[in-house]
Amino acid sequence: MSFELFLQYLTNGISLGSLYALIAIGYTMVYGILRLINFAHGEIFMMSLYFAFYGVTMFSMPWYVSFVMAIIFTAALGMLVERAAYRPLRDSPRITVMVSAIGASFFMQNLGIVIFGGRPKAFPNISLLTDVIKIGTVTLQRLTLIIPVVTIVLLFGLLHLVNKTKTGMAMRAVSKDHETARLMGVDVNRTITITFGIGSILAAIGGIMWGSRFPQIQPVMGLMPGLKCFIAAVIGGIGNITGAVIGGFILGIGEIMIIAFLPDLTGYRDAFAFVLLIVILLFKPTGIMGEKISEKV
Amino acid sequence: MKKWLSILMIMLLVLSLGLTGCSSPAEAPAPAEDEEEVAPVDEDVIRIGVFQPLTGANAAGGALEVEGSRLANELYPEVLGKKIELVVVDNRSDAVEAASAVARLIERDNVVAIIGSWGSTFSMAAGDLVRDNQIPTVAASATNPMVTLDNDYYFRVCFLDPFQGTVMANYAYNGLGARTAGIIREVSNDYAVGLARFFEQAFIELTGDDNAIVEISDYNTGDQDFSSQLLNVSGKNPDVIFAPGNFTESALVIQQARNLGIDIPFIGGDTWETPEFIEIGGDAVEGAVFSTFFTSDVAITKESETFLTAYREQYGKEPAAVTALGYDAYILIRDAIERAGEVDSNKIRDEIAKTQGFEGAAGAINLDENGDPVKSAVIKVVENGEFVYLDTIQPF
Repeated sequence: MSFELFLQYLTNGISLGSLYALIAIGYTMVYGILRLINFAHGEIFMMSLYFAFYGVTMFSMPWYVSFVMAIIFTAALGMLVERAAYRPLRDSPRITVMVSAIGASFFMQNLGIVIFGGRPKAFPNISLLTDVIKIGTVTLQRLTLIIPVVTIVLLFGLLHLVNKTKTGMAMRAVSKDHETARLMGVDVNRTITITFGIGSILAAIGGIMWGSRFPQIQPVMGLMPGLKCFIAAVIGGIGNITGAVIGGFILGIGEIMIIAFLPDLTGYRDAFAFVLLIVILLFKPTGIMGEKISEKV
Repeated sequence: MKKWLSILMIMLLVLSLGLTGCSSPAEAPAPAEDEEEVAPVDEDVIRIGVFQPLTGANAAGGALEVEGSRLANELYPEVLGKKIELVVVDNRSDAVEAASAVARLIERDNVVAIIGSWGSTFSMAAGDLVRDNQIPTVAASATNPMVTLDNDYYFRVCFLDPFQGTVMANYAYNGLGARTAGIIREVSNDYAVGLARFFEQAFIELTGDDNAIVEISDYNTGDQDFSSQLLNVSGKNPDVIFAPGNFTESALVIQQARNLGIDIPFIGGDTWETPEFIEIGGDAVEGAVFSTFFTSDVAITKESETFLTAYREQYGKEPAAVTALGYDAYILIRDAIERAGEVDSNKIRDEIAKTQGFEGAAGAINLDENGDPVKSAVIKVVENGEFVYLDTIQPF
């Protein structure tokens, strides 16, 4: 393989990986704070695409207004899901909450089909993002470069928020121990709501860029990205934000490269993610960046 | 903790894989007929089942066919003095769901015959069921030979993939002057895999070069990123890329090819003819060429005229080929019921099997011993955001 071709593969892999990373952060944050795998996250991602779609096509807002609105609505939706599906079960066993998460996921998928219809729709084409440019011998869409930059900027913003602000401190406290955090005067419910809001905002940003890159949306589209980003979060060490981003990159670049170097395996691309998950769980269940925590009884 | 977590996650993984299997949700919006409880045994109503993908990846295709069947039902609502009722169920673009949708039609709705389904995979999934229950079934646009093979109860009103593959290979060789071709196929779709194989055979025969197919690359239904497959294929510099597959994925494939600076022409099969292909593909799919069943530019039979007039009046647009086939499947079954003279599934089956010279909207139907018609193919191209008629290829 020529170096140019390799670069072309690599840029595609990085941009796909960045998309995975953005969505994986949402999984990892919720897991970190609630020890809950938020299965509805993929559907929240899907909803963000429809919000953006309808903003542009139905209310004919300029795309940037529509995208901002979509991000706000998605954040509200994420918080609503937490309020309706998870908060009432705060003291229930974890498995109950997980069933509720799966329920929320199916509910939103079906709601999507009822409201939006089952036929796929074309996501609005924003030429500022999707125009094709040529750098040397590598041809790519502007988006391919924008996506990783956005992801990295958001990652640093988020790390700052979690490590340097009061809200972040509250999040870290809640993730360690709900009861003690409450005793220390942390509003646990508010902190959890904020976490869901932030996760959903990232899912919406990821969603909008996803839609611009793969301009086709339908109500069942949240499933596969949802699963893959969950895997990305586990690979990186679920609960760890930097880990989720690293996991996303590994998954995205890996998926692209496995086809580049083993063309016979193209049909098994999705399997790559799952095989990787099994390998990680067998050899390093806490993931790449995961810390060892002793289970409290 | 470690162990507990990993066991939990493996369980989840298995569970989520299960979910992918039936990715389409449980409460799809059902058409009105669907909401009725167990069908009352009504002597004056004949029920014909329709199972089509109305949600999921293939939803647009299924919807187009249902349009045709419904239109035919409106034009010819009665047979033997009884009212015909269409019972439409959604197979959610999923093979497992397709089988249960058909089981429901047979067991709950007591249908005498079935129409469907868009997508050979779903039709094949239902094959054993309709044979074992002896319910004659007519596929509108399922082109894979396996659908009707060794199944006395499955028929179809469209041509088959060996023919379609050859037509497109001929077009690539003669029309485009291509001497090498790459293939990108939807590997989880029996239709695409079959069609790709027939294209490959025909193209190799035409060129006389065993290496004329330079690269075959696969993707799965629902995939959205095809960049690496495209780079693999374009790296071998084929003259043309044959990309049989679902309309949404195919549109994305072509669009991403153009975004990667690949300007090799794309050709494909009948599944491309849905409005979504153009909506999603946009400018990128301009010039894409595919074979299909029917063109509304030329009324082939008297039935075509009836169909075209009624369709244009009701929908105010030009019908897709599969809509005409959904229409044909209905009128073929209705005609067979009339000839049978009574509502008996086995008699209806025998009458369908005897069909010769039947005038459908998409051309005359003569069924052979497998239940397959021999029909001409139409080649269309995307031009200025519309499907434009190029040529008609007679069966050889």
